[in-house]
Amino acid sequence: MSTLTNGAKMLLECLAREGVDCFFGYPGGVTLPLYDAIYDHHIRHVLVRHEENACFAAEGYARATGKVGVCCATSGPGATNLVTGLVDAMMDSIPIVALTGQVTSKLIGSDAFQEADTFGITRSCTKHNYLVKKLEDLPQVVHEAFYIAASGRPGPVLVDIPKDVFQAQGHYTPVTSIHLPGYKVFTEGHTGQIRRAAQLMCESERPFVYAGGGIVAANASAELRELVELLDVPAVLTLMGLGALPSNHPNFVSMTGMHGSYAANMGMTHCDVLIALGVRFDDRVTGRLAAFAPHAKVIHVDIDPAEIGKNRTADVPIVGDVKRVLGRLNTELRAGLVGQASTPAAGLQTRLVPPGDVGPAAARQAWWSQVRAWKSDHPLVPVTSDSEIKPQHLMMEIDRLSAGEAIVCSDVGQHQMWAAQLIRFNAPRLWINSGGLGAMGFGLPSAIGAQFARPDKLVFALVGDGGFQMSIPELSTIASNGLPIKIVIMNNGYLGMVRQWQELFYNNRMSSVELDCFPDAEKLAAAYGFKGRTIDKPWELASALEEAVREPGPYLLNVKVTPFENVYPMVPAGGAISEMVLAPPQPVAVPK
Amino acid sequence: MLQIISLLVENKPGALMRITGLLSARAYNIESLTVARTLDPDLSRMTIVVDVDSTLRQQVIKQMNKLVNVLQAVDLTESPAVRREMVLVRVRTVQETRTAVLKEAEIFSARVVDSSIEGFALEATGDPEKLDEFIDVMRSYGEIETTRSGVVAVSLESKKLKLQPPVLTEAR
Repeated sequence: MSTLTNGAKMLLECLAREGVDCFFGYPGGVTLPLYDAIYDHHIRHVLVRHEENACFAAEGYARATGKVGVCCATSGPGATNLVTGLVDAMMDSIPIVALTGQVTSKLIGSDAFQEADTFGITRSCTKHNYLVKKLEDLPQVVHEAFYIAASGRPGPVLVDIPKDVFQAQGHYTPVTSIHLPGYKVFTEGHTGQIRRAAQLMCESERPFVYAGGGIVAANASAELRELVELLDVPAVLTLMGLGALPSNHPNFVSMTGMHGSYAANMGMTHCDVLIALGVRFDDRVTGRLAAFAPHAKVIHVDIDPAEIGKNRTADVPIVGDVKRVLGRLNTELRAGLVGQASTPAAGLQTRLVPPGDVGPAAARQAWWSQVRAWKSDHPLVPVTSDSEIKPQHLMMEIDRLSAGEAIVCSDVGQHQMWAAQLIRFNAPRLWINSGGLGAMGFGLPSAIGAQFARPDKLVFALVGDGGFQMSIPELSTIASNGLPIKIVIMNNGYLGMVRQWQELFYNNRMSSVELDCFPDAEKLAAAYGFKGRTIDKPWELASALEEAVREPGPYLLNVKVTPFENVYPMVPAGGAISEMVLAPPQPVAVPK
Repeated sequence: MLQIISLLVENKPGALMRITGLLSARAYNIESLTVARTLDPDLSRMTIVVDVDSTLRQQVIKQMNKLVNVLQAVDLTESPAVRREMVLVRVRTVQETRTAVLKEAEIFSARVVDSSIEGFALEATGDPEKLDEFIDVMRSYGEIETTRSGVVAVSLESKKLKLQPPVLTEAR
């Protein structure tokens, strides 16, 4: 028989059984019993400086590992501060469990001190949430929360625990089964549809792979790579999918979408079969839906049935875990090929060439030539200058030092887009950013979570001067834990992306976008006890970044870049992705 | 166009909020909503009548089916189903029209549930259109007050209910 324990200790026991090694939080009145139990527990609690950042750090941890990230906050303001992070995790399908304290059961509903209806407030920003009313329910609820967060389409789950439940005494009984009769997880995929998909892929003359965050969530990179190689098909990745296929893979075209490359978006527009894998046809990817992939039959694989047909009707819908579905698709494709010839590559050719020579094989060659031509006609060329640091130059230098191996935690805005365009990733879970919600302030705290999850990795927090100032208190967390994060500020003195839109669509009326009075980075870092530096000359860039990387501890590098650079290519909001603006309009020569 | 959604949900706190939240988040107005326990006291049956864009109907049903507490959500708008509603009407009558009111009530198979000098309380059930007519007729006899239950519906097709089996965990 187990020994008598209290709710707080029981909660920590559950976390330990779920394999939690650290979690991020901020204590308060009603979580005092929990923090008393944490005091001498082996699970590490990381004290952040704001609850929102606890949530972002838990996300960074989850995104870097695929494991469930955990954050913790007190009732009332603590819980409401989690909301942005919960929505962020919801939008990007990130598995996190948020634990919140609640006022004592008897006081719920009495407008008690630091009371908020956390259960009600977080209903729409979680995959599921719980309010635990009895100690007996606590272990079951906590294990259900982890199960729901990690299974199916991952997402955030919140567990709200009143103070008296933390304090109540009881015996811990291990949980042996989870019964959620209404929780439907589709994994296998329909066999008939998988066959149809394989058939369509083989018959296609202009196939194109469009893969996203679902590949990362399902750990299906190997399967994606095999499919792409078996079919020898060009592939694009979404912002959320970067790294799912190594950036230097010969079949990888680039990122797609609003700031994707010309080749990526033209490929989407002209393909005849669009192989959509773990993606949700987000508006930032499709542009004007009516003009999106107008000639394509769509094969759509996603674990969430509600994503199929939400924005674009699928010709071959497959609801299932993209890892399993791709595994079966690859088997199907290989089986089809083996019967035809001794080597897979030759097999594909044999199978595809019909009598005459204008069939798929020839068409596929022409398609590849077309994609390569688009790529070489309009490559993503980094802009550089001899006199000032161009933002793209900064990304190229980070790319050089990372060589596809570092974790880059990005904030939101122009720097995020340039980084996504220009920094290579050899593997998934290296590129960490707030994709769906676009939550500024995400970069720095998510880097904290990522560095705790991967102490072996070089972690860059790549932030703008706006987002950095939203999460500036976390410099203290970084310093106090001695995290060797390389904070690189792409400082253009503006809220660059908003300024870009004001320039392009609002007559350059720059309203409330200038960020003056930026602190002295060297002094700021010194105030926290680590090194910092500001640079603004292009010739300083390489050595300054190298110095930052060499530094064993944290480093704050403030890089002053050209203020008025815009991100191109760009699909204007509501435009078709084929109608991209490739470069800034040439200035009209004014006669002297 | 009005859509009739029938849901089988776990009888748990917050389940109703999750479902109505999906509708309010999309600014859909609920026309009526009924909910009560089923034979299994752990489950509730809910019937919602709501005005949803026809292009988004499937999406709303899918989103409801995603909710952890929802065992099944089905669209009964165009499938064979029986729809019924109940109304309680209090009608004030004068001495001269009492008989006429009772006659009309009989035509609509309404029952008298209370009778006083001032008038009657009547109970009628039927499809919502029939109740509209009943209310119109009663209004012609004087001042009335009504409470409608909202539509309850039952599908005439047998829909297989697939429940998820328990997941065994390694003694967590």
